[in-house]
Amino acid sequence: MTSQARLAWLQSDVGGKRVLAIILAVIIVLPLLNLLVPPDSVFHVSSYTIGLLGKYLCYALLALAVDLIWGYCGILSLGHGAFFALGGYAMGMYLMRQIGERGVYGHPVLPDFMVFLNWDALPWYWYGFDNFYFAMLMVLVAPGLLAFVFGWLAFRSRVTGVYLSIITQAMTYALMLAFFRNDMGFGGNNGLTDFKDILGFSLQADTTKVGLFVASGVALILGYLLCRYVVSSKLGRVLISIRDAESRSRFIGYRVEHFKLFVFVLSAVLAGVAGALYVPQVGIINPGEFSPINSIEIIVWVALGGRGFLYGAIIGAVLVNYGKTFFTGAFPEVWLFMLGGLFVVSTLFLPQGVVGIVQQWKDKRAEQKAHAQGKTGEAVP
Amino acid sequence: MTRQPKRAWWVRAWLALLILACSQTLWAQQQAPDFTAKIADLTTSSFSKRAKAIEAVVALDDERVLPVLEALLEGDLYYRKSDDRVVIAVDAESGYRITDVISGEDLGAVGKRDVKKIATNNRMRKNLRVQIAAYKLVNKNPDVRRTAAGDLIKTPSPEFLPILQKAIANEEEPAVREALKVARAVILLDSDQEVDRLQAIKDMDGYPNKYTLAMLKQLVRQNDDGSYNEPSELVREEAIAVLKGLEAQETWYKFVEDLFFGLSAGSVLLLAAVGLAITFGVMGVINMAHGEMIMLGAYTTYVVQLLMPNLIEASLIVAIPAAFVVSGLMGIIIERTVIRHLYGRPLETLLATFGISLILQQLVRTIFSPLNRSVITPDWMSGSLQVNGFLSLTYNRLYIIVFALLVLFGLMLLLKRSFFGLQMRAVTQNRAMASSMGIRTGWVDAMTFGLGSGIAGIAGVALSQLTNVGPNLGQSYIIDSFLVVVFGGVGSLWGTFVAAMGLGVANKFVEPMAGAVLAKILILVFIILFIQRRPRGLFAIKGRFVEG
Repeated sequence: MTSQARLAWLQSDVGGKRVLAIILAVIIVLPLLNLLVPPDSVFHVSSYTIGLLGKYLCYALLALAVDLIWGYCGILSLGHGAFFALGGYAMGMYLMRQIGERGVYGHPVLPDFMVFLNWDALPWYWYGFDNFYFAMLMVLVAPGLLAFVFGWLAFRSRVTGVYLSIITQAMTYALMLAFFRNDMGFGGNNGLTDFKDILGFSLQADTTKVGLFVASGVALILGYLLCRYVVSSKLGRVLISIRDAESRSRFIGYRVEHFKLFVFVLSAVLAGVAGALYVPQVGIINPGEFSPINSIEIIVWVALGGRGFLYGAIIGAVLVNYGKTFFTGAFPEVWLFMLGGLFVVSTLFLPQGVVGIVQQWKDKRAEQKAHAQGKTGEAVP
Repeated sequence: MTRQPKRAWWVRAWLALLILACSQTLWAQQQAPDFTAKIADLTTSSFSKRAKAIEAVVALDDERVLPVLEALLEGDLYYRKSDDRVVIAVDAESGYRITDVISGEDLGAVGKRDVKKIATNNRMRKNLRVQIAAYKLVNKNPDVRRTAAGDLIKTPSPEFLPILQKAIANEEEPAVREALKVARAVILLDSDQEVDRLQAIKDMDGYPNKYTLAMLKQLVRQNDDGSYNEPSELVREEAIAVLKGLEAQETWYKFVEDLFFGLSAGSVLLLAAVGLAITFGVMGVINMAHGEMIMLGAYTTYVVQLLMPNLIEASLIVAIPAAFVVSGLMGIIIERTVIRHLYGRPLETLLATFGISLILQQLVRTIFSPLNRSVITPDWMSGSLQVNGFLSLTYNRLYIIVFALLVLFGLMLLLKRSFFGLQMRAVTQNRAMASSMGIRTGWVDAMTFGLGSGIAGIAGVALSQLTNVGPNLGQSYIIDSFLVVVFGGVGSLWGTFVAAMGLGVANKFVEPMAGAVLAKILILVFIILFIQRRPRGLFAIKGRFVEG
């Protein structure tokens, strides 16, 4: 097998390559413009923009995770915000432990909210989070484990379609209620905030912000490559067959629930990573991230971008979130109308999203070209 | 000539009426000066004379006496300086709002200096309390007598003893008699005669009342120095026995009350979910905007009350059909414009209707402001039904249980007994076949969706009486409603009923053990696990399904 053939899964993905190239360019050029160009220059990119784009990149990774299961396996999870938030909480716990004595109460070990609640010792599940590597492991394990247990129960008893959607929504709702409680030990209502530094770098510094931005971009690119690899592998073919005809796949002899469980856990882990990168950039994680509406918003990113294209999810996430930033700033009243309208329009008129429209248009043009050359038979099917 | 006798009859009847009216007026005039004069005597400046005047008023047999005595006790009885008219005054913005005690006429607002208070001293007040109690205890209405006895249990005082003895001797109604005995017993419990105390405790046996329970507990408690509040061993033993009975009774009524609360919470769930059971269960359409239909119903109630501010009592009756129409029309519009194009694609329907729910929420926010609106509770909905000393049921919850059952019953009747219901079931079972039999499936779909949405609107009317009416009202019910429908079994109204009531009651009973939030989480986890075991719910429709 030549190296050419081995990379075919990426070579054939023209749209994906373009999107990756844009992301790569953005995470190389923008940091330079931020750090090297003086602030009064026209080409200077403010740290605010870097932070905002960093957030979008995290959302894009989250959308990617959702597209992996929805676009390729037909699992519509309305609870993916929960995995995102769990990853975020794991990172938040590490950042809380890093505050050390610099908290308002100056306690060497306990975070401020625990001192405030008169706790005398760290709960057992906070142990180890002062270690970065342990915390990063938890970023992967916590959402992965939840997805494994939940998915194992759900897929084994063949809960599918809208039933699955509703119980995933109930799952994130239950978690939200749980995390709102003070005695859960995760800061209750206010969540975890007031972070100082990560790995010894101050979170306020421009260089740290740029670093996190680049890390988010790299994570997105790697995540994309991983998802692309999975969906174009033999396993990916099975996933697509499950999406299109679950019973038939089962009758052929595939253990449908195992495939589903694998891809569900993988997707949850990716969402967790996105959450972990998101938290240091926005500086807070609270139970609001678990709210069902957040999870459902992810779905509209994917739907608008184009379900089942992977890079469509990235485009959708960036587009919708840019729109959200713009409209909540300029016309806060209009945003929810816009978002609601997007749901309706994208399902009614754009069943394949923006990417699908472009694809259709391209196909049409290719067909016309072929017509012109008198080779109708070879038009793209 | 033939008309003569008729006319005579007419004239005679008229005369008779006139005479009767005259005699009525005369009688009233004869009575009135008595009351008027006695009341006027109250304005005397001397306390001793006033005490006599009070005695005289008490001796009158007139329904206007009681308000006067109560006002006097509360210090609300005044007389107007300009014409010495005795009035009852309540605080108004500047000064008082006064009402004539003789005619009951509203004399409007006056300044604080225009009236003078009819003052009372300690002895007079003490006497008044007894007189008021005595007055109520001889009332013709047994309910009034019973309430009066209940009030006396709360404020035991030896001076009531004579009137209680008298009342017990004259009382014929057994229930009132029992209450009176307990009222006497709480006084006698302080007696220094052991036999009196023993009798008192025996009288308390089996009568459900929180005050007597607390008193008995106090009685048998051991103090720090080892002595008991009750010196007699015999009395203590009797008290412990009675206490045991009362506590068992209290636990039982607490259980009944919890059950009632659980059922009423279940009824709310039922109202919210039953519309969903139709759209989701019968049509297979996931309507995430269902919660917003509930919200629209609640806002309709608010608007109806704004439109008819003088008829608040009737506003709910008007609001129910209004909310049904508003939400139902909105449902039909949604079905015709959006959902129609998405049949057979449940996930897409879910997303589109979620978008609609966002739009509706924002619409309400824009029109009515994001703040909560207050919906007035009519008088007949407020208050509670006092079953006995341990158990009281609030009217709003009671009505909601009844209302939810009525709605469910009506819906079942519609589905099983009407032509529309027949068409609806036909379309549910086999759309293509129904269509070829000449049923307009599109029309049936629209009407079904309208029906489900309209019922959600009715649920909104009921909810407006229990919670705040705000743009997020529906959101908080949508997840619960879905869980109820899925738990009960899609397509089964009975399943929805059982699931809603079961969840409501379970939630109520888990709550005291685990706290409200944890109870909710536990229920959610339970349902999630339950769906794993029986993915088609409690009352699954039997049949063969390939997928979905």
